Formats: sequence, C-alpha cells, structure tokens
Amino acid sequence: MTASTALAELLLTMADDEFVAGFMDSEWTGIAPILEEDVAMSSISQDELGHAKALYELLAEVLDDGRDADAIAYDREPEAYRHARLLDRPRGDWADTIARRFLYELADEARLASIGGGYAPLADLVAKLRREERYHRMHVLAWIERLATGGPEARGRLVAALAGAGEAAATVFTPLDGEADLLRAGILTRAFDEAEAAWRTDLTRVLVPLGLDLPPRIEHGPDGRAGHSDAFRWLWGEFTSVRRSEVGATW
Amino acid sequence: MVTELAEVTRDAVLEALACVADPEIPAVSIVDLGMVEDVRVDADAIRIELLPTFVGCPALDAIRHSVEERLGAFGRPVDLEFGFRVPWTTDRITPPGRERLRASGFAPPDEATCPYCGSADVVLENLFGPTQCRSLHYCRACRQPFEAFKPV
Repeated sequence: MTASTALAELLLTMADDEFVAGFMDSEWTGIAPILEEDVAMSSISQDELGHAKALYELLAEVLDDGRDADAIAYDREPEAYRHARLLDRPRGDWADTIARRFLYELADEARLASIGGGYAPLADLVAKLRREERYHRMHVLAWIERLATGGPEARGRLVAALAGAGEAAATVFTPLDGEADLLRAGILTRAFDEAEAAWRTDLTRVLVPLGLDLPPRIEHGPDGRAGHSDAFRWLWGEFTSVRRSEVGATW
Repeated sequence: MVTELAEVTRDAVLEALACVADPEIPAVSIVDLGMVEDVRVDADAIRIELLPTFVGCPALDAIRHSVEERLGAFGRPVDLEFGFRVPWTTDRITPPGRERLRASGFAPPDEATCPYCGSADVVLENLFGPTQCRSLHYCRACRQPFEAFKPV
C-alpha cells in the first residue's frame, strides 16, 4: 500500500464518521427536548457536516479521480460508506444520542490528537478542527453529567444507552489497512490501538466518578466499518434524495 | 489605461476588502474579523488568501461573491483562496472590529460583559447560537438577551 492510498483511507473514514454523525444528529432539528438543545444540536450538526466537507475536499485532491467533494459524499451506494459501527445506529431517544455523541466525540478527539505533520494540509485542517470540537466536548460532558445525576429515569436511560452502544463503542479505532504506512509517513504519530488506550483513559475520568461502566474491550474485526444497518440505509435515502432527484444539477 | 492599472495597490485592495461585510454579522467586515491573511497584487491577478472563521461556515460562497464584486472595479482577475494554512482565531479580530461588534449588540470574544449596559452580571444561556460563531447570553442587570462571538 502506498502512503497516498493509506492517506485516502484515513481521510475517507474520518470524513464518513463526521458526515454520518452530522446527518443523524441533524434529525433533532425541530424536535429536540428543549429549544436550547434544538439550537445546540443543529449547530453541532452543521459543524460536523462542515468538517466532513473539508475532509472530503482533501480526499478529492488526494484521489484526483475527477470526483469532487459532493460526488464522494453523495454518489456512493450505502455499502461503500466507511463510518464506524458506533455511528451506524438509529437516532434513538435523547439518551441514545448523548451516549453516542459522548463515545464518538472523545474517540474523535483521540484520533485528531494522533494526526502528525506528515501531510501538511491535513495537519493544518486538524489544528482548526480541534478548536471547534472543544465546544462539542463541553456540550456532551455537561449532558452526561446531567443525565447521570438527573434522577432514576434519566440515569436509567443513559445506562441503557451506553450499554446499547456496547461492542460498537470502540469501532472508531478499527485498524486501518495502511496504518503502518501512515506512521512511517508521519501522518499518524501513534497507532490506533494507542489512541484507543488514550480514549479509555479519557472515558474513565468521566464515567468512573459518575458510577457508570466503561464500554467493553473488543477484538477489532472487519465489520467495524462495514455491513450497515437499516437505520443507515434510511438515512442514506434522506441525505441523497435531493442529489438523486436531479442528477448532474448544480444546487 | 496605464494610470488606471497603477491604482491597483495593496492598500487600495485592502481598502476595498474593508467594505466587504460579514454576511452573518454585517456590522463587521472581513478585515475587521482578521480573515484577510494575504493580499498580493500581481501583474496578471489580485491574489487573496482568506481564513474561514469556522471550518463549516456556510457564508464562504457569499463572501467570495462579495469580494469578487467589490474588486471587479480594479479590472484585474481575482484569485481568491480560502485556506487553513494559518488557523483563524478570535484573537485576529481587530480593535475597531471589537468595537463594531459591541455597538451592534454582540459581546466580543472573551469579554463577559453586556454590550448594551456594560454590566458584568451576565449568564451564558447556550454555548450554541443562530450561527456557528455565536453563543447566547442574558444580562441580569438590564434584562436584555444578547449574543457573543464565540472564542476559538
């Protein structure tokens, strides 16, 4: 595997994660539990979709196969998306969304902290992304604490949501085929298993004081970023519908 | 036409850019916000590097359009690039930019006082607001809700 194939794989998985997370959470727009959260979740989703766009643009340059960012984002069949199984779940209730966001935000942060200077355009973008993701972390940590200490129903739903994410929680760290090449090229500064360990330490600091369980350790398999659910197929139908309605149109 | 071309100076371009309002907070320009990283006046084109305030800012196309329209008067092609080579931070907002934000009811970043009455008796209502760069606050002194430019 060449460094550019490995880089393309890294960019695609990062972009697909942000894209699917952003679209799924944007489903709360208009129906979030309180008005403030309607605004917050819409804004966070807009950030994630913007991050996905910037990553797809870098990917389009690396691939240089005539597809632009929109073509990569919208013109694939559902099976070709490479988002982590953690994000391949129905929106669920508010606790499901907060649990998923919590596990994903902290995992994404550990991944972003693993990007080195080997490919300058990505390193530059990541420096900017991390400044914005800081707000997502503050938001989701406030909600984890609020649900965990907010009475039996809120806590019960959070516990069930974290347990429901279960084995899928760590799939953001599904090893990449080209990880060794990325490490050699300095595009990654640490392997994904090290990033995953850092994520577990971060999770421990939040969950243990609240008396909540950590997600289970898993053997990573080939299905960490493949084999998508009906929930994702439905979402795919939604987010590609405008694009499919008039093939080739400029919006 | 030689005299007309001679007027295309870096200062003249910067002056023109100072008239390009931010579409989401029209009280401030892209120069006030510190979005202009580089301006180069070359014989074949005016080259401009702008830094997006937020990665997913949906106003970038509108800003591109305004810049091209404003610089059209120079009669030279405009080569405009948005990039992340240098990360934009709220520290780049100029002192006049901060003053204009305040005057239009936005607390400048890292300034926890009410832009209307100056009181420090304010509370954060929501880290997220109507656009990616804004948060929502409330002044307990003058009982006025207000927005702030989010520090990044």
